Amino acid sequence: MTRTGGGREVHIAGVAETALGEVHDQTELSMFALAAREALAEAGMTLRDVDGLFVNYMGEEGTVQVGEYLGVTAPRYLDSTDIGGAAFEAFVHHAMLAVAEGRCEVALIGYASRQRTRRARNIGGGAVDLDSLAAQFQTPYGLPAPIGHYAMMAARHMHEYGTTPEQLAEIAVAARAWARLNPKAWSRDPLTVDQALSSRMISTPLRRSDCCLVTDGGAAVVVTSADRARDARKPSVRVLGAGESQSHWHIASMPDMTVTAGAVSAREAFGMAGITASDVDVLQPYDSFTVTVLLALEDLGFCAKGEAGAFVSGGRLAPGGALPAMTSGGGLSYNHPGALGALLLVEAVRQLRGEAGDRQVADAEIAVAHGVGGYNSTASTVVLAR
Amino acid sequence: MTQTYGDAVTAPFWAGASEGRLLLQRCDSCGAHRFYPRPFCLSCDDDRSTWTAVSGAGVVYSKTEVQVKVLPGLAPPYTVAVVELAEGPRMTALIVGADGEPGPGCEIGDAVDVAWRPREDAPPLPVFRRRP
Ligand SMILES: [Zn+2]
Repeated sequence: MTRTGGGREVHIAGVAETALGEVHDQTELSMFALAAREALAEAGMTLRDVDGLFVNYMGEEGTVQVGEYLGVTAPRYLDSTDIGGAAFEAFVHHAMLAVAEGRCEVALIGYASRQRTRRARNIGGGAVDLDSLAAQFQTPYGLPAPIGHYAMMAARHMHEYGTTPEQLAEIAVAARAWARLNPKAWSRDPLTVDQALSSRMISTPLRRSDCCLVTDGGAAVVVTSADRARDARKPSVRVLGAGESQSHWHIASMPDMTVTAGAVSAREAFGMAGITASDVDVLQPYDSFTVTVLLALEDLGFCAKGEAGAFVSGGRLAPGGALPAMTSGGGLSYNHPGALGALLLVEAVRQLRGEAGDRQVADAEIAVAHGVGGYNSTASTVVLAR
Repeated sequence: MTQTYGDAVTAPFWAGASEGRLLLQRCDSCGAHRFYPRPFCLSCDDDRSTWTAVSGAGVVYSKTEVQVKVLPGLAPPYTVAVVELAEGPRMTALIVGADGEPGPGCEIGDAVDVAWRPREDAPPLPVFRRRP
Protein backbone atom coordinates (compact mmCIF):
# COMPACT_ATOMS: atom_id res chain seq x y z
CA MET A 1 0.00 0.00 0.00
CA THR A 2 1.44 3.32 -1.04
CA ARG A 3 0.92 6.86 0.07
CA THR A 4 -0.72 9.34 -2.23
CA GLY A 5 1.47 10.31 -5.12
CA GLY A 6 4.07 13.02 -4.79
CA GLY A 7 3.64 14.89 -1.55
CA ARG A 8 2.24 14.49 1.89
CA GLU A 9 -0.14 11.83 3.14
CA VAL A 10 -3.73 13.09 2.97
CA HIS A 11 -6.66 12.16 5.19
CA ILE A 12 -10.37 12.70 5.52
CA ALA A 13 -10.64 14.07 9.04
CA GLY A 14 -14.32 14.89 9.33
CA VAL A 15 -17.66 14.06 7.75
CA ALA A 16 -21.27 14.99 8.41
CA GLU A 17 -24.66 14.62 6.81
CA THR A 18 -26.97 17.58 6.43
CA ALA A 19 -30.57 17.28 7.52
CA LEU A 20 -32.09 14.52 5.39
CA GLY A 21 -35.42 13.54 3.91
CA GLU A 22 -37.86 16.42 3.69
CA VAL A 23 -36.30 19.57 5.05
CA HIS A 24 -38.69 22.44 5.72
CA ASP A 25 -36.85 24.26 8.47
CA GLN A 26 -33.56 24.93 6.69
CA THR A 27 -32.29 26.31 3.41
CA GLU A 28 -29.67 24.59 1.28
CA LEU A 29 -27.05 27.04 2.52
CA SER A 30 -27.97 26.66 6.16
CA MET A 31 -28.08 22.87 5.83
CA PHE A 32 -24.60 22.86 4.39
CA ALA A 33 -23.29 25.36 6.94
CA LEU A 34 -24.44 23.19 9.83
CA ALA A 35 -22.94 20.06 8.26
CA ALA A 36 -19.68 21.86 7.53
CA ARG A 37 -19.36 23.00 11.13
CA GLU A 38 -20.06 19.47 12.35
CA ALA A 39 -17.56 17.86 9.97
CA LEU A 40 -14.92 20.42 10.92
CA ALA A 41 -15.60 19.77 14.61
CA GLU A 42 -14.87 16.08 14.02
CA ALA A 43 -11.60 17.19 12.49
CA GLY A 44 -10.83 19.38 15.50
CA MET A 45 -11.22 22.50 13.39
CA THR A 46 -13.54 25.40 12.71
CA LEU A 47 -14.54 27.29 9.60
CA ARG A 48 -11.63 29.68 10.29
CA ASP A 49 -9.28 26.84 9.36
CA VAL A 50 -10.76 26.26 5.89
CA ASP A 51 -8.52 27.45 3.07
CA GLY A 52 -9.85 25.33 0.23
CA LEU A 53 -13.45 25.13 -1.04
CA PHE A 54 -14.71 22.31 -3.25
CA VAL A 55 -18.40 22.97 -3.86
CA ASN A 56 -20.87 23.00 -6.74
CA TYR A 57 -24.64 23.15 -7.33
CA MET A 58 -25.05 25.72 -4.52
CA GLY A 59 -25.83 28.78 -6.62
CA GLU A 60 -24.07 30.59 -9.42
CA GLU A 61 -20.30 30.80 -9.65
CA GLY A 62 -19.51 27.50 -7.98
CA THR A 63 -17.89 28.05 -4.62
CA VAL A 64 -18.50 31.74 -4.09
CA GLN A 65 -21.90 31.85 -2.44
CA VAL A 66 -21.13 29.05 -0.02
CA GLY A 67 -17.83 30.68 0.86
CA GLU A 68 -19.51 33.98 1.61
CA TYR A 69 -22.25 32.30 3.65
CA LEU A 70 -19.68 30.42 5.73
CA GLY A 71 -17.46 33.45 6.21
CA VAL A 72 -14.64 31.76 4.33
CA THR A 73 -13.70 35.03 2.68
CA ALA A 74 -10.10 34.46 1.61
CA PRO A 75 -9.56 30.80 0.66
CA ARG A 76 -6.56 29.99 -1.51
CA TYR A 77 -7.90 27.02 -3.46
CA LEU A 78 -11.27 26.81 -5.26
CA ASP A 79 -12.86 24.03 -7.28
CA SER A 80 -16.40 23.68 -8.59
CA THR A 81 -15.89 20.90 -11.10
CA ASP A 82 -19.27 20.36 -12.75
CA ILE A 83 -19.54 16.62 -13.38
CA GLY A 84 -22.75 15.94 -11.52
CA GLY A 85 -22.85 13.24 -8.89
CA ALA A 86 -19.25 12.33 -9.66
CA ALA A 87 -18.05 15.78 -8.60
CA PHE A 88 -17.56 14.87 -4.96
CA GLU A 89 -15.19 11.94 -5.35
CA ALA A 90 -13.41 14.08 -7.94
CA PHE A 91 -13.21 16.85 -5.32
CA VAL A 92 -11.42 14.39 -3.01
CA HIS A 93 -9.05 13.63 -5.89
CA HIS A 94 -8.35 17.31 -6.45
CA ALA A 95 -8.18 18.15 -2.74
CA MET A 96 -5.77 15.26 -2.19
CA LEU A 97 -3.43 16.68 -4.80
CA ALA A 98 -3.82 20.25 -3.57
CA VAL A 99 -3.15 19.31 0.06
CA ALA A 100 -0.32 16.98 -0.90
CA GLU A 101 1.36 19.85 -2.73
CA GLY A 102 0.66 22.35 0.02
CA ARG A 103 -1.64 24.50 -2.09
CA CYS A 104 -4.21 24.31 0.68
CA GLU A 105 -4.32 22.71 4.11
CA VAL A 106 -7.98 22.26 5.02
CA ALA A 107 -10.29 21.44 2.14
CA LEU A 108 -14.05 21.61 2.70
CA ILE A 109 -16.08 19.52 0.25
CA GLY A 110 -19.82 19.34 0.04
CA TYR A 111 -23.31 20.00 -1.12
CA ALA A 112 -26.89 20.29 0.03
CA SER A 113 -30.15 20.14 -1.86
CA ARG A 114 -33.87 20.37 -1.20
CA GLN A 115 -34.88 18.82 -4.50
CA ARG A 116 -37.74 16.90 -2.89
CA THR A 117 -39.29 19.81 -1.02
CA ARG A 118 -38.85 22.04 -4.06
CA ARG A 119 -40.23 19.38 -6.45
CA ALA A 120 -37.32 20.18 -8.69
CA ARG A 121 -37.10 17.00 -10.77
CA ASN A 122 -38.26 17.01 -14.38
CA ILE A 123 -38.25 13.76 -16.32
CA GLY A 124 -37.87 15.62 -19.61
CA GLY A 125 -34.32 16.34 -18.54
CA GLY A 126 -34.86 19.98 -17.75
CA ALA A 127 -34.80 22.92 -20.06
CA VAL A 128 -32.02 22.84 -22.57
CA ASP A 129 -30.59 25.49 -24.81
CA LEU A 130 -32.78 25.38 -27.91
CA ASP A 131 -29.70 25.51 -30.13
CA SER A 132 -27.86 22.78 -28.27
CA LEU A 133 -26.97 19.49 -29.89
CA ALA A 134 -29.21 17.71 -27.39
CA ALA A 135 -32.16 19.92 -28.33
CA GLN A 136 -31.58 19.13 -32.00
CA PHE A 137 -30.77 15.44 -31.89
CA GLN A 138 -32.01 13.93 -28.63
CA THR A 139 -34.75 15.67 -26.65
CA PRO A 140 -37.30 15.67 -29.53
CA TYR A 141 -37.48 11.88 -29.21
CA GLY A 142 -39.01 11.88 -25.72
CA LEU A 143 -36.31 9.88 -24.01
CA PRO A 144 -36.98 10.39 -20.29
CA ALA A 145 -33.98 11.79 -18.48
CA PRO A 146 -32.05 10.43 -16.85
CA ILE A 147 -33.85 7.09 -16.60
CA GLY A 148 -34.27 6.42 -20.31
CA HIS A 149 -30.52 6.69 -20.83
CA TYR A 150 -29.81 4.15 -18.09
CA ALA A 151 -32.62 1.95 -19.40
CA MET A 152 -30.86 1.68 -22.76
CA MET A 153 -27.67 0.60 -20.99
CA ALA A 154 -29.58 -2.04 -19.05
CA ALA A 155 -31.29 -3.28 -22.20
CA ARG A 156 -27.98 -3.59 -24.01
CA HIS A 157 -26.38 -5.42 -21.07
CA MET A 158 -29.32 -7.83 -21.00
CA HIS A 159 -28.99 -8.36 -24.74
CA GLU A 160 -25.25 -9.02 -24.68
CA TYR A 161 -24.95 -10.95 -21.44
CA GLY A 162 -28.37 -12.35 -20.54
CA THR A 163 -28.70 -10.17 -17.47
CA THR A 164 -32.22 -10.40 -16.02
CA PRO A 165 -34.69 -8.05 -14.32
CA GLU A 166 -34.46 -10.32 -11.27
CA GLN A 167 -30.74 -9.62 -11.08
CA LEU A 168 -31.32 -5.87 -11.22
CA ALA A 169 -33.95 -6.28 -8.50
CA GLU A 170 -31.37 -8.04 -6.31
CA ILE A 171 -29.45 -4.76 -6.18
CA ALA A 172 -32.50 -2.83 -5.00
CA VAL A 173 -33.27 -5.53 -2.45
CA ALA A 174 -29.71 -5.42 -1.09
CA ALA A 175 -29.86 -1.64 -0.70
CA ARG A 176 -33.16 -1.93 1.13
CA ALA A 177 -31.82 -4.59 3.46
CA TRP A 178 -29.02 -2.21 4.45
CA ALA A 179 -31.45 0.69 4.80
CA ARG A 180 -33.44 -1.34 7.31
CA LEU A 181 -30.34 -1.19 9.52
CA ASN A 182 -29.95 2.59 9.16
CA PRO A 183 -32.29 4.74 11.27
CA LYS A 184 -31.68 7.68 8.95
CA ALA A 185 -32.78 5.83 5.80
CA TRP A 186 -35.83 7.17 3.97
CA SER A 187 -37.23 3.78 2.81
CA ARG A 188 -37.12 1.07 5.47
CA ASP A 189 -40.04 -1.20 4.61
CA PRO A 190 -39.06 -4.75 3.63
CA LEU A 191 -38.51 -5.28 -0.10
CA THR A 192 -38.37 -8.61 -1.93
CA VAL A 193 -37.38 -9.38 -5.51
CA ASP A 194 -41.00 -10.19 -6.31
CA GLN A 195 -42.20 -6.89 -4.88
CA ALA A 196 -39.54 -5.03 -6.84
CA LEU A 197 -40.59 -6.77 -10.04
CA SER A 198 -44.22 -5.77 -9.50
CA SER A 199 -43.42 -2.06 -9.14
CA ARG A 200 -44.42 0.27 -11.95
CA MET A 201 -42.54 0.01 -15.23
CA ILE A 202 -41.19 3.42 -16.26
CA SER A 203 -38.77 2.91 -19.14
CA THR A 204 -38.09 -0.72 -19.99
CA PRO A 205 -36.42 -2.62 -18.45
CA LEU A 206 -36.27 -0.20 -15.51
CA ARG A 207 -39.08 -0.06 -12.96
CA ARG A 208 -39.74 2.26 -10.06
CA SER A 209 -37.75 -0.09 -7.82
CA ASP A 210 -34.69 0.34 -10.03
CA CYS A 211 -34.68 4.11 -9.39
CA CYS A 212 -33.14 6.12 -6.60
CA LEU A 213 -35.09 8.25 -4.19
CA VAL A 214 -35.73 11.95 -4.63
CA THR A 215 -34.97 13.44 -1.21
CA ASP A 216 -33.46 16.48 0.42
CA GLY A 217 -30.00 16.05 1.84
CA GLY A 218 -26.31 16.60 1.49
CA ALA A 219 -23.02 16.26 3.28
CA ALA A 220 -19.75 17.91 4.22
CA VAL A 221 -16.32 16.30 4.06
CA VAL A 222 -13.00 17.67 5.35
CA VAL A 223 -9.78 16.68 3.60
CA THR A 224 -6.50 17.67 5.20
CA SER A 225 -2.91 16.59 5.70
CA ALA A 226 -2.04 13.68 7.97
CA ASP A 227 -0.27 16.15 10.26
CA ARG A 228 -3.33 18.34 10.68
CA ALA A 229 -5.55 15.28 11.07
CA ARG A 230 -3.75 14.36 14.30
CA ASP A 231 -5.95 16.86 16.14
CA ALA A 232 -9.13 15.18 14.93
CA ARG A 233 -11.66 14.12 17.55
CA LYS A 234 -12.37 10.91 15.67
CA PRO A 235 -9.99 8.62 13.79
CA SER A 236 -9.19 10.08 10.40
CA VAL A 237 -8.99 7.85 7.33
CA ARG A 238 -6.28 7.86 4.72
CA VAL A 239 -6.94 8.77 1.10
CA LEU A 240 -5.00 6.08 -0.73
CA GLY A 241 -5.96 6.93 -4.28
CA ALA A 242 -8.44 8.64 -6.54
CA GLY A 243 -9.31 8.89 -10.20
CA GLU A 244 -11.86 10.32 -12.57
CA SER A 245 -13.00 10.10 -16.17
CA GLN A 246 -15.90 10.66 -18.54
CA SER A 247 -17.35 8.94 -21.58
CA HIS A 248 -20.23 10.71 -23.31
CA TRP A 249 -23.15 13.13 -22.99
CA HIS A 250 -25.60 12.11 -25.71
CA ILE A 251 -26.71 8.50 -25.39
CA ALA A 252 -25.99 7.81 -29.07
CA SER A 253 -22.38 8.85 -28.44
CA MET A 254 -21.71 6.35 -25.63
CA PRO A 255 -19.02 4.20 -27.23
CA ASP A 256 -20.17 0.95 -25.56
CA MET A 257 -23.37 1.01 -23.51
CA THR A 258 -22.04 -1.73 -21.24
CA VAL A 259 -18.82 0.10 -20.30
CA THR A 260 -18.69 3.26 -18.19
CA ALA A 261 -16.11 5.88 -17.32
CA GLY A 262 -15.66 3.97 -14.09
CA ALA A 263 -13.29 1.64 -15.89
CA VAL A 264 -10.79 4.50 -16.16
CA SER A 265 -11.53 6.23 -12.84
CA ALA A 266 -11.11 2.95 -10.95
CA ARG A 267 -7.98 1.97 -12.84
CA GLU A 268 -6.46 5.30 -11.86
CA ALA A 269 -7.64 5.19 -8.25
CA PHE A 270 -6.77 1.56 -7.62
CA GLY A 271 -3.43 2.00 -9.34
CA MET A 272 -2.54 4.97 -7.17
CA ALA A 273 -3.65 3.10 -4.06
CA GLY A 274 -1.86 -0.08 -5.05
CA ILE A 275 -4.96 -2.21 -4.57
CA THR A 276 -7.26 -4.39 -6.62
CA ALA A 277 -10.99 -4.91 -6.22
CA SER A 278 -10.35 -8.02 -4.11
CA ASP A 279 -8.78 -5.80 -1.41
CA VAL A 280 -12.00 -3.79 -0.93
CA ASP A 281 -13.89 -4.54 2.29
CA VAL A 282 -16.85 -2.21 1.77
CA LEU A 283 -18.09 -0.54 -1.41
CA GLN A 284 -20.18 2.60 -1.81
CA PRO A 285 -21.22 2.53 -5.46
CA TYR A 286 -23.37 5.29 -6.93
CA ASP A 287 -26.79 3.68 -6.97
CA SER A 288 -28.78 6.22 -8.92
CA PHE A 289 -30.27 3.20 -10.66
CA THR A 290 -29.72 -0.50 -10.11
CA VAL A 291 -27.98 -0.71 -13.47
CA THR A 292 -25.50 1.98 -12.39
CA VAL A 293 -24.28 -0.45 -9.73
CA LEU A 294 -24.36 -3.40 -12.13
CA LEU A 295 -22.05 -1.71 -14.62
CA ALA A 296 -19.77 -0.28 -11.93
CA LEU A 297 -19.16 -3.71 -10.40
CA GLU A 298 -17.72 -4.85 -13.72
CA ASP A 299 -15.85 -1.65 -14.55
CA LEU A 300 -14.25 -1.49 -11.10
CA GLY A 301 -13.11 -5.10 -11.48
CA PHE A 302 -15.24 -6.86 -8.88
CA CYS A 303 -16.25 -9.29 -11.62
CA ALA A 304 -15.62 -9.70 -15.32
CA LYS A 305 -17.58 -7.76 -17.96
CA GLY A 306 -20.97 -9.37 -18.37
CA GLU A 307 -20.90 -11.25 -15.06
CA ALA A 308 -22.39 -8.68 -12.70
CA GLY A 309 -25.88 -10.14 -12.96
CA ALA A 310 -24.72 -13.45 -11.55
CA PHE A 311 -22.37 -11.63 -9.17
CA VAL A 312 -25.14 -9.70 -7.39
CA SER A 313 -27.37 -12.76 -7.05
CA GLY A 314 -27.78 -14.53 -3.75
CA GLY A 315 -27.42 -11.37 -1.72
CA ARG A 316 -23.72 -10.84 -2.32
CA LEU A 317 -24.09 -7.05 -1.83
CA ALA A 318 -26.53 -7.37 1.08
CA PRO A 319 -25.84 -7.57 4.84
CA GLY A 320 -23.87 -10.76 5.42
CA GLY A 321 -22.83 -10.95 1.75
CA ALA A 322 -19.29 -11.23 0.49
CA LEU A 323 -19.15 -7.65 -0.84
CA PRO A 324 -21.04 -5.26 1.46
CA ALA A 325 -22.20 -2.44 -0.80
CA MET A 326 -24.57 0.53 -0.43
CA THR A 327 -24.30 0.00 3.32
CA SER A 328 -26.24 3.17 4.20
CA GLY A 329 -29.09 1.93 2.03
CA GLY A 330 -27.65 4.05 -0.76
CA GLY A 331 -29.44 6.33 -3.14
CA LEU A 332 -32.01 3.60 -3.67
CA SER A 333 -33.26 3.49 -0.08
CA TYR A 334 -31.36 5.86 2.24
CA ASN A 335 -31.15 9.27 0.57
CA HIS A 336 -30.56 10.73 -2.87
CA PRO A 337 -30.32 14.52 -2.90
CA GLY A 338 -29.65 14.82 -6.64
CA ALA A 339 -25.92 14.40 -6.22
CA LEU A 340 -25.15 11.45 -3.99
CA GLY A 341 -21.36 11.49 -4.09
CA ALA A 342 -20.73 13.36 -0.84
CA LEU A 343 -22.97 10.98 1.11
CA LEU A 344 -21.05 8.00 -0.27
CA LEU A 345 -17.90 9.45 1.27
CA VAL A 346 -19.61 9.93 4.63
CA GLU A 347 -20.70 6.30 4.74
CA ALA A 348 -17.29 5.02 3.64
CA VAL A 349 -15.59 6.97 6.42
CA ARG A 350 -18.06 5.81 9.05
CA GLN A 351 -17.55 2.19 8.06
CA LEU A 352 -13.78 2.55 8.32
CA ARG A 353 -14.10 4.20 11.73
CA GLY A 354 -16.34 1.40 12.94
CA GLU A 355 -19.17 3.76 13.84
CA ALA A 356 -21.87 2.46 11.50
CA GLY A 357 -23.98 0.86 14.23
CA ASP A 358 -26.19 -2.05 13.22
CA ARG A 359 -24.92 -1.89 9.67
CA GLN A 360 -21.22 -1.97 10.58
CA VAL A 361 -19.09 -4.18 8.36
CA ALA A 362 -16.71 -6.04 10.66
CA ASP A 363 -13.04 -5.06 10.40
CA ALA A 364 -13.48 -2.85 7.34
CA GLU A 365 -10.01 -1.64 6.40
CA ILE A 366 -10.41 -0.48 2.81
CA ALA A 367 -13.46 1.31 1.46
CA VAL A 368 -14.20 2.56 -2.03
CA ALA A 369 -16.61 5.37 -2.90
CA HIS A 370 -17.51 5.54 -6.58
CA GLY A 371 -19.30 8.59 -7.91
CA VAL A 372 -21.25 8.79 -11.16
CA GLY A 373 -22.71 11.82 -12.88
CA GLY A 374 -24.99 12.77 -15.72
CA TYR A 375 -26.24 9.93 -17.87
CA ASN A 376 -23.54 7.53 -16.62
CA SER A 377 -21.39 10.17 -18.28
CA THR A 378 -18.79 10.87 -15.62
CA ALA A 379 -17.17 8.77 -12.94
CA SER A 380 -14.78 9.25 -10.06
CA THR A 381 -13.40 6.75 -7.61
CA VAL A 382 -11.81 7.21 -4.18
CA VAL A 383 -9.97 4.55 -2.16
CA LEU A 384 -9.92 5.11 1.60
CA ALA A 385 -8.21 3.14 4.37
CA ARG A 386 -8.36 3.26 8.12
CA MET B 1 -38.22 26.05 -46.03
CA THR B 2 -36.15 29.15 -46.59
CA GLN B 3 -35.26 29.86 -42.99
CA THR B 4 -32.28 27.83 -41.81
CA TYR B 5 -32.66 25.51 -38.86
CA GLY B 6 -30.02 24.18 -36.52
CA ASP B 7 -26.71 25.89 -35.93
CA ALA B 8 -23.75 26.97 -38.03
CA VAL B 9 -22.42 23.42 -38.24
CA THR B 10 -25.64 21.42 -38.37
CA ALA B 11 -27.72 23.56 -40.75
CA PRO B 12 -26.96 21.38 -43.82
CA PHE B 13 -28.22 18.31 -41.96
CA TRP B 14 -31.55 20.02 -41.33
CA ALA B 15 -31.71 21.39 -44.85
CA GLY B 16 -31.47 17.77 -46.00
CA ALA B 17 -34.15 16.75 -43.53
CA SER B 18 -36.46 19.35 -45.01
CA GLU B 19 -36.14 17.48 -48.31
CA GLY B 20 -36.51 14.06 -46.68
CA ARG B 21 -32.84 13.25 -47.19
CA LEU B 22 -30.57 11.92 -44.44
CA LEU B 23 -27.33 13.78 -45.04
CA LEU B 24 -24.13 12.97 -43.18
CA GLN B 25 -20.71 14.47 -43.59
CA ARG B 26 -18.40 12.01 -45.35
CA CYS B 27 -14.70 12.67 -44.89
CA ASP B 28 -13.03 13.42 -48.23
CA SER B 29 -9.79 11.96 -46.95
CA CYS B 30 -10.61 8.70 -45.14
CA GLY B 31 -14.24 8.18 -46.12
CA ALA B 32 -15.59 8.01 -42.55
CA HIS B 33 -19.13 9.26 -42.05
CA ARG B 34 -19.80 11.33 -38.98
CA PHE B 35 -22.76 12.27 -36.85
CA TYR B 36 -23.51 14.63 -35.22
CA PRO B 37 -21.92 17.18 -37.54
CA ARG B 38 -18.47 18.51 -36.72
CA PRO B 39 -15.97 20.80 -38.46
CA PHE B 40 -13.41 18.05 -39.10
CA CYS B 41 -13.02 14.29 -39.08
CA LEU B 42 -12.38 12.72 -35.69
CA SER B 43 -10.71 9.74 -37.37
CA CYS B 44 -8.11 11.59 -39.44
CA ASP B 45 -8.50 15.30 -38.51
CA ASP B 46 -9.11 16.32 -42.14
CA ASP B 47 -11.33 19.36 -42.60
CA ARG B 48 -12.62 18.39 -46.00
CA SER B 49 -15.93 16.59 -46.14
CA THR B 50 -18.98 16.30 -48.38
CA TRP B 51 -22.57 16.21 -47.22
CA THR B 52 -23.69 12.85 -48.55
CA ALA B 53 -27.12 11.24 -48.69
CA VAL B 54 -26.89 7.92 -46.87
CA SER B 55 -29.08 4.85 -47.18
CA GLY B 56 -30.96 5.41 -43.94
CA ALA B 57 -30.61 1.71 -43.17
CA GLY B 58 -29.51 0.72 -39.71
CA VAL B 59 -29.72 -1.76 -36.87
CA VAL B 60 -31.13 -1.18 -33.39
CA TYR B 61 -28.20 -0.98 -30.94
CA SER B 62 -30.39 -0.49 -27.88
CA LYS B 63 -33.90 0.65 -27.06
CA THR B 64 -36.34 1.42 -24.29
CA GLU B 65 -40.11 1.44 -24.23
CA VAL B 66 -41.17 4.61 -22.45
CA GLN B 67 -44.26 4.24 -20.28
CA VAL B 68 -44.42 7.72 -18.80
CA LYS B 69 -45.35 11.00 -20.44
CA VAL B 70 -42.30 13.05 -21.36
CA LEU B 71 -43.32 15.41 -24.16
CA PRO B 72 -46.64 16.99 -25.09
CA GLY B 73 -48.02 15.32 -28.19
CA LEU B 74 -46.17 12.06 -27.61
CA ALA B 75 -48.41 9.64 -25.75
CA PRO B 76 -46.79 6.66 -24.03
CA PRO B 77 -46.03 3.89 -24.61
CA TYR B 78 -43.51 4.47 -27.38
CA THR B 79 -40.03 3.17 -28.09
CA VAL B 80 -36.85 5.22 -28.30
CA ALA B 81 -33.86 3.49 -29.82
CA VAL B 82 -30.24 4.14 -30.59
CA VAL B 83 -29.77 3.06 -34.19
CA GLU B 84 -26.41 2.18 -35.70
CA LEU B 85 -26.46 3.33 -39.31
CA ALA B 86 -25.02 1.11 -42.01
CA GLU B 87 -22.40 3.85 -42.53
CA GLY B 88 -21.27 3.57 -38.89
CA PRO B 89 -22.53 6.48 -36.79
CA ARG B 90 -25.27 6.03 -34.22
CA MET B 91 -28.37 8.19 -33.86
CA THR B 92 -31.05 8.40 -31.22
CA ALA B 93 -34.46 7.89 -32.77
CA LEU B 94 -38.10 7.18 -32.22
CA ILE B 95 -39.44 3.91 -33.61
CA VAL B 96 -42.57 4.42 -35.74
CA GLY B 97 -44.97 2.06 -37.46
CA ALA B 98 -45.97 1.77 -41.11
CA ASP B 99 -48.37 4.67 -40.50
CA GLY B 100 -45.49 6.85 -39.27
CA GLU B 101 -46.88 6.98 -35.76
CA PRO B 102 -44.88 6.14 -32.61
CA GLY B 103 -45.97 3.18 -30.51
CA PRO B 104 -44.53 -0.02 -31.96
CA GLY B 105 -41.67 -1.70 -30.19
CA CYS B 106 -38.51 -3.22 -31.57
CA GLU B 107 -35.76 -5.59 -30.52
CA ILE B 108 -32.04 -4.99 -30.37
CA GLY B 109 -30.61 -6.15 -33.67
CA ASP B 110 -33.73 -5.34 -35.69
CA ALA B 111 -33.11 -3.88 -39.13
CA VAL B 112 -34.66 -0.43 -39.49
CA ASP B 113 -34.94 2.29 -42.12
CA VAL B 114 -35.17 6.02 -41.71
CA ALA B 115 -38.54 7.74 -41.98
CA TRP B 116 -39.50 11.37 -41.44
CA ARG B 117 -41.89 12.69 -38.81
CA PRO B 118 -43.34 16.08 -39.68
CA ARG B 119 -43.07 18.87 -37.14
CA GLU B 120 -44.85 22.21 -37.07
CA ASP B 121 -42.02 24.60 -36.33
CA ALA B 122 -39.00 22.63 -37.43
CA PRO B 123 -37.81 20.39 -40.26
CA PRO B 124 -39.04 16.78 -40.22
CA LEU B 125 -37.46 14.67 -37.53
CA PRO B 126 -35.56 11.53 -38.60
CA VAL B 127 -37.20 8.48 -37.03
CA PHE B 128 -36.89 4.78 -37.83
CA ARG B 129 -39.27 2.05 -38.94
CA ARG B 130 -38.69 -1.69 -38.61
CA ARG B 131 -37.94 -3.17 -41.99
CA PRO B 132 -40.97 -5.26 -43.05
ZN1 LIG C 1 -11.30 11.26 -42.08
